[in-house]
Amino acid sequence: MSQQYDAATKYGTGRKSVKSYMWGLGLSLLFTGLAFAVTMHSIFTNTAAIYISLAVLAFSQFVAQVVCFLRMNATPEGRWNLFPFLFTIIVAAVLIGGSIWIMVNLNYNMM
Amino acid sequence: MSEHSLAHHDEHHVDMDVVDVFGFWIYILTDLILFASLFAGFAVLHGNTFGGPSIKQITSLPYVLVETLFLLASSVTYGFAMLASYGGKKNQVGAWLIITFFLGLSFVAMEINEFVHLVMEGHSWQVSGTLTSFFALVGTHGLHVSFGLLWMIVMIVQVFKFGLKKEVTRRLTYLGLFWHFLDIVWIFVFTIVYLMGAV
Repeated sequence: MSQQYDAATKYGTGRKSVKSYMWGLGLSLLFTGLAFAVTMHSIFTNTAAIYISLAVLAFSQFVAQVVCFLRMNATPEGRWNLFPFLFTIIVAAVLIGGSIWIMVNLNYNMM
Repeated sequence: MSEHSLAHHDEHHVDMDVVDVFGFWIYILTDLILFASLFAGFAVLHGNTFGGPSIKQITSLPYVLVETLFLLASSVTYGFAMLASYGGKKNQVGAWLIITFFLGLSFVAMEINEFVHLVMEGHSWQVSGTLTSFFALVGTHGLHVSFGLLWMIVMIVQVFKFGLKKEVTRRLTYLGLFWHFLDIVWIFVFTIVYLMGAV
């Protein structure tokens, strides 16, 4: 095996392949297209339905790109990258969720 | 990194590479926290228009869609550069990096154009809480992409000058993580700022 091949597989980010990039591109295009279509062509009349579908589409595209482009995986090597990543997502969720929660509460009480 | 890999690679510097890439990944995650803070700021402030325009009134969705496609395409072409580097094809790597650079540049140019128009029309970041959080979030992302472009110029020069040495391949891996990460952050920017802002 060449040295480049070794370097490519070792970083725990998973081996990239044309196939994984094509999957990533296809899924991203699909989710992006749907998200813009939902907003621009008012497929749903209910506002809540639009918000929920946008959130689901964004999350789907997020997972697609993390798996297909970053090659995040749960192999013993990949876990070194995966667990700090999941931890950071929890921190981000607390940060964003907590800020919204506190500020909405404040807003309500200041009315 | 794990015991399994240590057993396979007894050369010390090889393992240091793995640790370095892991360290860069930790940096990316701290950057994620920065963006999370800006998203939190935007979530709290996006409705505070203070008599100024709302996000919906000042943005154009077709324009954002084109921006999004440029960035997505650049993420994929960067991946092709990485694939070519595994095969040791120096010129191909350089060519894909140059294509990636121009796709990224188109994205930044469109964003700067958008910002300049907004400010010219009097919708600068000083107008309202909405616009402050909008410019802070979108601008920070754009700044990251701009620095990524500078970095890409450096890597293009290194690839052609030094060839695909181990150090160069490692640096390409760093930039790849950074570049894919920026495209992932953009998913949330266009969904939360532009699409949800236009609902």
